[in-house]
Amino acid sequence: MSGTTADPRLTDARLPPRKRMRLSWADPRFRGLVWQVLIVGLVILVIWYLVSNTNANLAARHIATGFGFLSRVAGVPIADSPIPYNPAESTYGRALLIGVLNTLKVAVSGIILATLLGTLIGIGRLSSNWLVAKLAAIYVEVIRDIPVLLQLLFWYTLLQGLPGPRQAIAIGNWAFLSNRGIKVAVIDWQPGQGWSLLALVAGIALAFGYARYSRRRQERTGQKPRVWPVAIALMVLPPAAVWALAGGSLVIDKPVLRGFNFTGGTTISPEFVALLLGLVVYTAAYIAEIVRSGIEAVPQGQWEAGRALGLHSGVLLRKIVLPQALRVVVPPMTSQYLNLTKNSSLAVAIGFQDIVSVANTVLNQTGQAIEGIAMIMAVYLTISLSISLFMNWYNARIALVER
Amino acid sequence: MSQTAAALAPDASTGTPPSIVLDRVNKWYGAMHVLRDVSMMIGQGERVVVCGPSGSGKSTMIRCINRLEAHQAGRIIVDGTELTDDTAALDTIRREVGMVFQSFNLFPHLTILENCTLAPIWVRKMPKSDAEALAMEYLTRVRIPEQARKYPGQLSGGQQQRVAIARALCMKPKIMLFDEPTSALDPEMIKEVLETMIGLAQTGMTMVCVTHEMGFARQVADRVVFMDRGEIVESGTPSELFENPRTERLKTFLSQILRGH
Repeated sequence: MSGTTADPRLTDARLPPRKRMRLSWADPRFRGLVWQVLIVGLVILVIWYLVSNTNANLAARHIATGFGFLSRVAGVPIADSPIPYNPAESTYGRALLIGVLNTLKVAVSGIILATLLGTLIGIGRLSSNWLVAKLAAIYVEVIRDIPVLLQLLFWYTLLQGLPGPRQAIAIGNWAFLSNRGIKVAVIDWQPGQGWSLLALVAGIALAFGYARYSRRRQERTGQKPRVWPVAIALMVLPPAAVWALAGGSLVIDKPVLRGFNFTGGTTISPEFVALLLGLVVYTAAYIAEIVRSGIEAVPQGQWEAGRALGLHSGVLLRKIVLPQALRVVVPPMTSQYLNLTKNSSLAVAIGFQDIVSVANTVLNQTGQAIEGIAMIMAVYLTISLSISLFMNWYNARIALVER
Repeated sequence: MSQTAAALAPDASTGTPPSIVLDRVNKWYGAMHVLRDVSMMIGQGERVVVCGPSGSGKSTMIRCINRLEAHQAGRIIVDGTELTDDTAALDTIRREVGMVFQSFNLFPHLTILENCTLAPIWVRKMPKSDAEALAMEYLTRVRIPEQARKYPGQLSGGQQQRVAIARALCMKPKIMLFDEPTSALDPEMIKEVLETMIGLAQTGMTMVCVTHEMGFARQVADRVVFMDRGEIVESGTPSELFENPRTERLKTFLSQILRGH
């Protein structure tokens, strides 16, 4: 329709007439209002009942509410702690903090490993290699059909079945697998060597700068300098140089069998390994399906158009397929990250002291059940909202600007 | 002397080797024999229209020329390079052969300009500014330079297909393949795409075009090839084929096409 022939009555800039709401059940707006008032009233009623009931019960049992117990000495033994902790001196607050840190440790490393494993298996399922494709398919179908709790117990039992420290399975003399967990050698930092970490950070920054330069250079001249060799050199050489300047000695703290157990090195507890393995293996099956569906969602014609233009598979994947697959992959991936984080609460079943496990012990000892549960909920809510926020930001960044 | 050796020798009349040679090409999908001993020779600057009923193997044949489909027997030689599993040969050929698809296959996440510059930048290693200048030149030739900053989803079907033609031309191919370029378009858009293709034909580009647009075939084609059930049934100039079809199969096909119009 062209504007010149338009009916003048239609182009009149008057506002649409405002209709008054009638107080009649036949008016949809009146009906809507009544329903909303009813529902809000009901919710308020339920909350009021729960709060007053709780208060009455607490008063009847003479339980004082509040978070004062957090600064009392805990006396809860914690096997697996990333920060110094002594049950005889440390407070309930510190015990709970360790629970939070343990949950974060499992969630973060679990999300990273599950993404890597899931992506590999998802791509494997699309492989033209019959064996690879079938193995990936079997992995997905078997793993996602078994409850995750059962899988955690399976891994934990398996690790418990490892030999004792004296018969530990040794990987060189660097790592030892036994039913006490995994003992691994660690670098014993000498004075001055900490600077090489700083040099590493500087090297990474330089590598990013070089990648930018390489892109610019390609835009200008068409030639793209190889980024990887230079980036690796930038990340390896400066820290090595600083290390050499700081004395160049490498002191490694290796685990050594003394009596019935190992000394030296650091320990990764069997509980942590079982929990991480269970969550990663389980979640990777779902992530594999998400990755597969994402790649399959890119129409065959896109591959063909890219190939017909002479693009190599690397550029084709990076510039055409992945950008389109990612927008399908990211939203369900967020759900899987949230699932993994929340499933980490199953740690309680195998004795890994995450926030649920620690808070459970604390509320048993102090009787502060409401505060304990509230804190667990607050912790998961905070972690989950952080993941959601980050993923939503990322999703908005890669979203397709089609029109 | 084999057919192929003869084919590779320079044409006695013009002194130039043929652009595309298909020599007894065969292809199967499972047990289905989709190309049966297809042999054809296309000279440089020649414009060939391929027609035939659906399922006749014409799309498969054209897709074999840049190896979107692999043939299983026979030989295909494009611009002097034989198509084999050798990736270097494949790279050379895909650089020289542009293709336009029935469903456009533009990259929806890239602007029109980026669609056109992607391959020149990454395959021809062209500086970005040169690639953009080249893209604008071809977008002007298909008469949509003003759409360069838009995304494919914002364009009409006819405009999208013209972008697809410009995108292929940006690689400066010697040969252009068209796989039913107007079949997914509304009638009024068919015209603008055909006009672009006629313009391209006037530049002397070697063209192989699968289409049912008989008007286009009459106006542009040096030769029309009629395929049915995986084999070439008849081939000749447009007037030979359309006015004096020799086989019953072509007569039936032509009557169906004409009834459709």
